[in-house]
Amino acid sequence: MRFVIALPYAWLAIFFLLPFALVLTIALGSNDPDSVPPVAFGLSLANFKLLFTDDLYLAAWLSSIRIAATSTLVTLLLGYPMAYAIARAAPRRQPLLLMLVILPFWTSFLIRIYAWMGLLSSNGILNQVLRATGLVETPGTILGTEWAVHLGIVYAYLPFMVLPLYAALEKLDTSLLEAASDLGASPLTAFLTVTLPLSLPGVVAGCLLVFIPSVGEFVIPDLLGGTDTLMIGKVLWDEFFLNGDWPLASAVAICLLVLLVGPIALFQRQQARSAEPR
Amino acid sequence: MNADAIVSISGITRRFGALTAVDHVDLEIRRGELFALLGGSGCGKTTLLRMLAGFETPDEGRILIDGQDMTGVPPYRRPVNMMFQSYALFPHMDVAANVGYGLRRDGMPKAEIGRRVGEALEQVRMADHAARRPAQLSGGQRQRVALARALVKRPKLLLLDEPLAALDRKLREGTRFELVRLQEELGVTFVMVTHDQEEAMSMASRLAVMNRGRIEQIGTPHEVYERPVSRFVAGFIGDANILPAGDGRWLALRPEKIGLFAERPVADRVEQGRIVEIAYEGDRSLHRVALADERVLLVSSANVTRAGNPFRRGQDVWLGWPADAGHELDA
Amino acid sequence: MAGRARFAFTMLAFGYAFLYLPIVLVIVYSFNESRLVTVWAGFSTKWWRALLANEAMLSAAWLSLRIALVSATAAAMIGLAAGYALARAPRFFGRTLFGSLVIAPMVMPEVVMGISMLLLFVGSERLFGGPDRGFLTIAIAHITFSIAFVAVVVQARLADFDRSLEEAAMDLGATPLVVFRTVTLPLILPAVASGWLLAFTLSLDDLILTQFVAGAQSQTLPMRVYSSVRLGVDPQINALATIVVAVAASALILSGWLTRRRA
Repeated sequence: MRFVIALPYAWLAIFFLLPFALVLTIALGSNDPDSVPPVAFGLSLANFKLLFTDDLYLAAWLSSIRIAATSTLVTLLLGYPMAYAIARAAPRRQPLLLMLVILPFWTSFLIRIYAWMGLLSSNGILNQVLRATGLVETPGTILGTEWAVHLGIVYAYLPFMVLPLYAALEKLDTSLLEAASDLGASPLTAFLTVTLPLSLPGVVAGCLLVFIPSVGEFVIPDLLGGTDTLMIGKVLWDEFFLNGDWPLASAVAICLLVLLVGPIALFQRQQARSAEPR
Repeated sequence: MNADAIVSISGITRRFGALTAVDHVDLEIRRGELFALLGGSGCGKTTLLRMLAGFETPDEGRILIDGQDMTGVPPYRRPVNMMFQSYALFPHMDVAANVGYGLRRDGMPKAEIGRRVGEALEQVRMADHAARRPAQLSGGQRQRVALARALVKRPKLLLLDEPLAALDRKLREGTRFELVRLQEELGVTFVMVTHDQEEAMSMASRLAVMNRGRIEQIGTPHEVYERPVSRFVAGFIGDANILPAGDGRWLALRPEKIGLFAERPVADRVEQGRIVEIAYEGDRSLHRVALADERVLLVSSANVTRAGNPFRRGQDVWLGWPADAGHELDA
Repeated sequence: MAGRARFAFTMLAFGYAFLYLPIVLVIVYSFNESRLVTVWAGFSTKWWRALLANEAMLSAAWLSLRIALVSATAAAMIGLAAGYALARAPRFFGRTLFGSLVIAPMVMPEVVMGISMLLLFVGSERLFGGPDRGFLTIAIAHITFSIAFVAVVVQARLADFDRSLEEAAMDLGATPLVVFRTVTLPLILPAVASGWLLAFTLSLDDLILTQFVAGAQSQTLPMRVYSSVRLGVDPQINALATIVVAVAASALILSGWLTRRRA
């Protein structure tokens, strides 16, 4: 048993935990383009200071959290009824319905976002439909805006929301709802007072599964967003690959990590609780 | 340890946090007997059985099996086999592979295993089903396979965890006889755990009544029924009237030992009362009779004729019983 | 309840349409004679032919495939160990940390993991002279985040597992190792296989992490696709997308069949 624990522990300690220590070390250094790696090691908090005082960075942090939060909310509003419907469907249809939700997740993430590029472009289907139905006069610009980014996040992470919600709703004992009805609750009241509270662990898990990665998203803002769509994942990427400023990029990574530690711990606690042997 | 004893348990204690599941139990089980551990849920009987099997380690005390100290020995090194309550048949193996599993672990040659498995399946009348999977068998059939699997290794001790609990009533009676017959035929020592006192009484050669981690009484079914040592045992096995015997002592009086009469009988002890309620059970009727001093006695009478019970609710009756009908309790 | 159910089912239908519309369009337009996604100019397989002749794309696909095979297999083994440890080991030193380390890669933003692993490999290059950034580093990165997914599936399966089967095996003479080999593993194998498939798919598709840790020489399929789509819509990518969808669908169906086959 000791070996069984040691193997994954060692792997993750070396390839997951240790790297974070390195990132922190680099973040405390300063940019030195001439050395390899381009870092002058030190113990300076200058990078961190920059991230919290510079207007651009502050804007990026805030907009990342804002976009992630709004997208999570929209995903929840769409995903909850979907999960509810699947949980209420005939038991033998449920695996198929679930599979249809999961299939996009197994399809390439990149390709799915790419698909939206075509859809949202000025001559894309969406605009064509909008014009054909007379809803807009001139082609609107969707691609390259925050709307597109929101759309992309909801699209990409919807399966992550539906699955834990379905798991929680499927476990719901329908006789509880019958009891509520018997005691005088209308369907809406029964939903609000019985179903919703009992499905809360699923809601939390789903929201965390969408929010946490969305904050640091890169591909979606890069392909669907515009130059004024500020997201911190893109900022990190640009600092690293375009500016070659490793220490600053590392500082961004550390801050992102610190920001997400709370939600990640929450997610881990949820997972542990739901994985308990029955 | 008594030469006749195959299991000797001394001072066995097992705690789970603040709860003491088994509390300093001493017990000897004799070679070749069918021994029952009887008690309600939470009395510790299952924990005790699991310690015999090796799935739990006692916090204190020793377990000797056939003279050898097995206290810390893991289950795969004990000459003991268990039939699980859920049968625990391996779903990914067929019946023959299930039964042969233990023999394969012993490194027995394949031909020999085939022979022994065939023998074991014959014994439980499942030879025709050797190639079936557990999922394709009925509950009773699965039980027989589980039994064959546990017996094929010819263990010194066979443990049975609530063997009849999962069966419906009719099947239970038939299986009861089969298990007793099998045990007598093979001569293997059986130790079974049950909460059903009818089961324990009808199957066991000796039984132990357990309560809250301790053994209240050990004896033959007859001894435990007619000479219970405590109010708990008297009340647990069958029905009993517990009457004060003066001096802080108690008397257990079984309902069938009390005679029910329309007129004053000639008997050592006589009481008068009124029938409050009658429970008709087909083969007997159980009467609740209220005496003058508000005490209620249970009186049962066999319905020996088909004419029906001559007594009615609300009827005034006389009760009579011999002096030795009751048994004085120690506790 | 009927009213609520109707609303929910409508949303479900809308959700499916939302999920599949882009994919369907991409597949349809892979057969479009014209380059544009906005105009249908007739049926053609020319993009398909171009894709299959695209050397760079094919070699990138081959690299991705090999990396996916290696990382899925390694992740399955390590993830099995991790899931088993989490499900069965009641207490051990650093268990909470262990649990976090296993789960965190599932939700960690890839840019963070990317930069950290790159720094690890750069550091190791300076200290040990290797490994060179390429196949090995990419595989290591993929394995690290895939472990979480396998562990979760295995842990869930073990939580449902009937322990009395293992006790029965021990009672019949099997040591814990033999119990695992003859009883536990055969019965959880469908879950492990399903985890393998998931790790395989995730590895094939990974972009960000790969971009960080890949060397100049190695181009995986997603990297190639990304550099292509940054410049705009490319019909060869449409054809590729169709293939990916078909493969993903088969993998998913296979995985579903495996998990339902609880022996």
